[in-house]
Amino acid sequence: MALLTKAPPRPPAAPPGRARRRDRGYLPYLIPGVLLFVVVIAIPLGMNVAISFTEWQGVGSPDWVGLEQYRTLFADETFWISFRNNLALIVAMAVVPTFLGLLLATALFDVVSKRHPRTTSTLRAAFYLPQVLPAVVAGVVWGWILHPEYGSANALLRFLGLDSWTQNWLGDENTALLSVMAVLVWIQLGYPLVIFMAGLQRVDPELYEAAELDGASWWQRLWSVTVPQIRPEVFVVLLTCTIAALKSFDKIFVLTRGGPGGSTNTPSYFSFQNFFEKANVGYGAAIATVLTAIIVGLTFLFLRAQSRREP
Amino acid sequence: MTLRRNLVLALLVVLALVTLFPFLLVALNAVKSPADYAANGPLGLPESLHLQGIVDFWNRVDFGLKLANSTVIAGSVAVLAVGVSIVTAYALGIGRIRGRLWIVAVFLLANLMPQEVLVYPLYYLAKEVGLYDTKLAVIIIFTAVQSAFGTYLLASVLATFPREILEAARIDGASRWQVLWRVVVPISWPTLSVLLVFFFIWTWNEFFIPMIMLISNDNQTVPVALGVLQGQRLMDATAQSASALLGILPAVVFFLIFQRTLTRGIAVGAIR
Repeated sequence: MALLTKAPPRPPAAPPGRARRRDRGYLPYLIPGVLLFVVVIAIPLGMNVAISFTEWQGVGSPDWVGLEQYRTLFADETFWISFRNNLALIVAMAVVPTFLGLLLATALFDVVSKRHPRTTSTLRAAFYLPQVLPAVVAGVVWGWILHPEYGSANALLRFLGLDSWTQNWLGDENTALLSVMAVLVWIQLGYPLVIFMAGLQRVDPELYEAAELDGASWWQRLWSVTVPQIRPEVFVVLLTCTIAALKSFDKIFVLTRGGPGGSTNTPSYFSFQNFFEKANVGYGAAIATVLTAIIVGLTFLFLRAQSRREP
Repeated sequence: MTLRRNLVLALLVVLALVTLFPFLLVALNAVKSPADYAANGPLGLPESLHLQGIVDFWNRVDFGLKLANSTVIAGSVAVLAVGVSIVTAYALGIGRIRGRLWIVAVFLLANLMPQEVLVYPLYYLAKEVGLYDTKLAVIIIFTAVQSAFGTYLLASVLATFPREILEAARIDGASRWQVLWRVVVPISWPTLSVLLVFFFIWTWNEFFIPMIMLISNDNQTVPVALGVLQGQRLMDATAQSASALLGILPAVVFFLIFQRTLTRGIAVGAIR
């Protein structure tokens, strides 16, 4: 990160008595941050876990039911389908953008950036633009484009004489999830692209020259020089995009509301439905708790894998 | 070799145009009259510049008010969250309080929490203390969420702060508070300004918690107003493209203003 100043050698440690006094002097500075954390994150998190052990409609007093919500949850087909859909969203938001982003970033970096630096930054900006939009607005844009009657997607197909290809993209169980996935790729692609291009500037050009001397093809260079060199970036992108995919609420809310027939439902949206539409608060809390456990567990695994690769 | 280079360049340009095509479609159709749209569909060029659709949509959602609400909320959160982050990170990164690694890890974990796991208790608590359906509730919540990230990031940035500068300031008799505001903040300003921009845009783009918290029209933000309307499926084709255009414009303005900060600071955003 270019923003970091270089660390100077540390001064010798102060004697323990003094250090402790100095230590305490800084404690008041923690108060606002810790207070906000406790009120907005720790307490609600604890409450949510507690609610997940109850049957509660949001009014009156909750009834303690122990693990009953979780038992129902693991036997609930809707829940499993929402998870399968979430895997599809991870493919669309993490796997495909990482792969495409890698290809585009290397192509831009190798082929264009040295000769046309202005073109490179314009192209990068073009790919990044969907990332700056509120997800909701991206949803409004695509909800309109994919509309079965007046949308541009079907109009384009009719214009090309492909009338039989027209679909109710977001309203048909067979195409809704794929359509949502395509929109997510469009939204997400700029993010890995920009990160990878920043990472590529760090790679020593001599490595490429050496690979070229060895007669490596473009593909071989990509996999054996580029990817290992920018592995930290690849890890960060995969992790952050996977977590973002697990939290997909706004795009689903705007594009499909989880439908048709639950074919684009996600755990995030499913918990929202139970909280606010079905007044089944205990069940919603159980879904949210499981989702959180998965996100924390995944992060832990990712970080462990990363620290193993970089001894 | 040159041929192949040009082919790759051409391919990249085509892909970029495909990415931008939806923006073009929105802009073209937002200035079409409903009759024009009905007759020629979404792909034709507008017959004349028809701004009534945008004006009607603006008035229908009271868009000026929504812009003001979004600006107040995102602006307050950006300033407050950067303030809280730098103060907390000062204690952790420069004060080197004992157990700081644990505290930083907790803030990192807080940053991972899906909003789904916080939303119902926050909704309940906000109703209990009378903050439900107020901008203040949303400002407090996102100050906490963004500063969890800011603290995590700044704690590691400040851990590498040049010690000799701090020592020099202390020898000159500066108190901790003075060192923070007169030395640490000015020197870390490049990082802080990046955080300010990101917090503003991230908060501007938020939907879920603002939608739950802000039910009255007078308090809603731009994404909440547009998202709820879209979710109700009550818009016709031209209203929908006007809605898309009005949602896109602020984002594009931010993008143009902050482009350098965004691309420079993207390494910061990467960690989120």
